[in-house]
Amino acid sequence: MSDVFVAVEHLQGEVTDISFELLAMARGLADQVGGDVIAGLVGSGVGDMAGRLGGADKILVVDDPAFENFSPDGHAMAFSAMAGDASIVLVPYTSMGMDVASAMSESSGTPLVSFCSSVSLDGGIGATCQLYAGKIEGDVEIDGDKAIFAVLAGSASAEGGKSGGAGVVETMDSPVGDLRTRFLGLSEPEGGDVDITAEDVLVVVGRGIESQDNIAEAQELADALGGALAASRPIIDQGWLPKTRQVGKSGLTVKPKVYLTLGVSGAPEHVEGMKDSATIISINTDPQAPIFGVAHYGWVGDIFDIMPELIDGLE
Amino acid sequence: MDSVVLLRPVPDPVEELEINDDGSDLDRDYLGYVLNEFDDHALEEAILLKEASGGSVTVLGLGSADEMEQILYTALAKGADEAVKLGDDIGHLDVRSQAAAFASALDGRSYDLIFTGVQAADELDGQLSVRVAARLGIPHVSVVVGARAGAGSVTVTKEFWGGVTADYEVQTPAVLGVQAAKQAPRYVAVSLIRQAQQSGALSEEDIETPDEGPGIRLVAVRVPESGEGAEMIQGDETEAAERIIEIIKGAS
Ligand SMILES: Cc1cc2nc3c(=O)[nH]c(=O)nc-3n(C[C@H](O)[C@H](O)[C@H](O)COP(=O)(O)OP(=O)(O)OC[C@H]3O[C@@H](n4cnc5c(N)ncnc54)[C@H](O)[C@@H]3O)c2cc1C
Ligand SMILES: Nc1ncnc2c1ncn2[C@@H]1O[C@H](COP(=O)(O)O)[C@@H](O)[C@H]1O
Repeated sequence: MSDVFVAVEHLQGEVTDISFELLAMARGLADQVGGDVIAGLVGSGVGDMAGRLGGADKILVVDDPAFENFSPDGHAMAFSAMAGDASIVLVPYTSMGMDVASAMSESSGTPLVSFCSSVSLDGGIGATCQLYAGKIEGDVEIDGDKAIFAVLAGSASAEGGKSGGAGVVETMDSPVGDLRTRFLGLSEPEGGDVDITAEDVLVVVGRGIESQDNIAEAQELADALGGALAASRPIIDQGWLPKTRQVGKSGLTVKPKVYLTLGVSGAPEHVEGMKDSATIISINTDPQAPIFGVAHYGWVGDIFDIMPELIDGLE
Repeated sequence: MDSVVLLRPVPDPVEELEINDDGSDLDRDYLGYVLNEFDDHALEEAILLKEASGGSVTVLGLGSADEMEQILYTALAKGADEAVKLGDDIGHLDVRSQAAAFASALDGRSYDLIFTGVQAADELDGQLSVRVAARLGIPHVSVVVGARAGAGSVTVTKEFWGGVTADYEVQTPAVLGVQAAKQAPRYVAVSLIRQAQQSGALSEEDIETPDEGPGIRLVAVRVPESGEGAEMIQGDETEAAERIIEIIKGAS
């Protein structure tokens, strides 16, 4: 069947934006092959949420207390059962999707393409994806007539996936067997001193900052601009700034008026958290850095040369 | 807990990546390789677990990159007990074949946990951790930021978004795809790496060259247009700083 299946993700009772983006993408593909868009929704007490998936023609629901929380093995099993023989399966490339997509590919033997930014059906199934942390873009062709795509956030407009389908809800039996991963509890990060999602100006340091000692200079620049300091993931993993300052896939999504990056390469996981900022200015020594693909303004050069000039100029 | 860590070299991200003549892949002849950064975190987490609750750490390195031995000796110097270099003459493998290779190397070994990086820059056809788990018939957790040992199970912290995490009790054996260790990967003195080279803890194991074929073909690769849509600021740092301040003042 030439249906397009979307594995829907939800967090704290809300369908995530990326799920709607995938529904929008699925609509374009289904129209092309004359199939239906099928959404798979797995959870406990998710009836209300099914009603918000009107972008799909059919919404398959597995409603089971065992799925009150995400289960790496359980959700993969449930989505595999739901996808049935859809020819195209779209999975969000998120923390959830990372446990689900490869497991679906292994259990069905269907090829999987990760890091996808678009899928095409012109003369066979194909996709465009980002590799090597966004430094390389690749075109892929599928052998066969079925494929699973793990799709990056921001690959389509979420608005386009919120309506336009028949929206028929169908409940399925829960396929859950013995879960070998038992959910114990969620924990939220401790509130930080600064809420980077509420700032107008963010100065953002990446691995180019080189050492903890250099953070002070970037902070000085942020102060001079009346903004706050944020960072890419490696800076947080090093413990140089608290988790609440992380922008990206596993951090926060920000949309400040000004987003000034210092030594950030622009990996897809970082870009998805900042691409909607109003004005993005990036400084990087590498003219090929993918960050220059999303920035509005760029300067190729050394952050340690320009930081003092910026601070001086602002005084 | 006895742990096995799966290590893969990836093209050095600081090097300029060149495309081959027919535009179908990277030009791999002159590439330098380094350990996948997430595998480095996986190794760190395994060593931290051993330091906290005992057990052993074995590292398996796949592939013929010249840098492989150095990567394995470094892992020994950091605290791994045994290192095995797999498939000396194996070229670049797709992830399905990598999973098959590791699964066959794991056959007959005993372990409680298998650690590897949550992803690698070239995981075009999925993630190694989940594929290995499926082949061994054991559970998996991806995007792991910590593991603690219990009796017959392990408590694993998985990260979702914005620093929100969930704890899972996971039956062992299991495969963990590590995003970040509880602390940044340690550095190790060159003298310790030299000692590791003398230790005899590195062995080689032949594996059959698996070639499952991923079912997908990379037909074209390119370096994305850099600065597409971006205005590139010219001039030295003084001129650029002036222009940037002007832009910021206009935008905020
Ligand atoms: C599941 C998952 C979730 C993730 N979530 C996030 C996330 O939320 N946020 C995030 O940021 N990352 C995230 N990552 C990590 C992401 O893949 C990248 O590793 C990370 O974004 C890279 O950070 P970076 O740009 O600071 O470092 P690098 O990629 O190492 O880039 C450093 C850059 O600095 C430049 N540079 C070096 N020195 C100088 C200098 N003196 N002057 C100017 N430029 C210089 C270099 O040219 C380079 O481009 C995630 C990864 C995974 C697998
Ligand atoms: N597709 C999904 N289905 C169910 N739960 C999920 C999914 N993705 C993530 N989760 C996790 O399950 C928790 C409970 O979801 P919710 O019922 O929406 O509050 C969330 O906070 C996530 O940690």
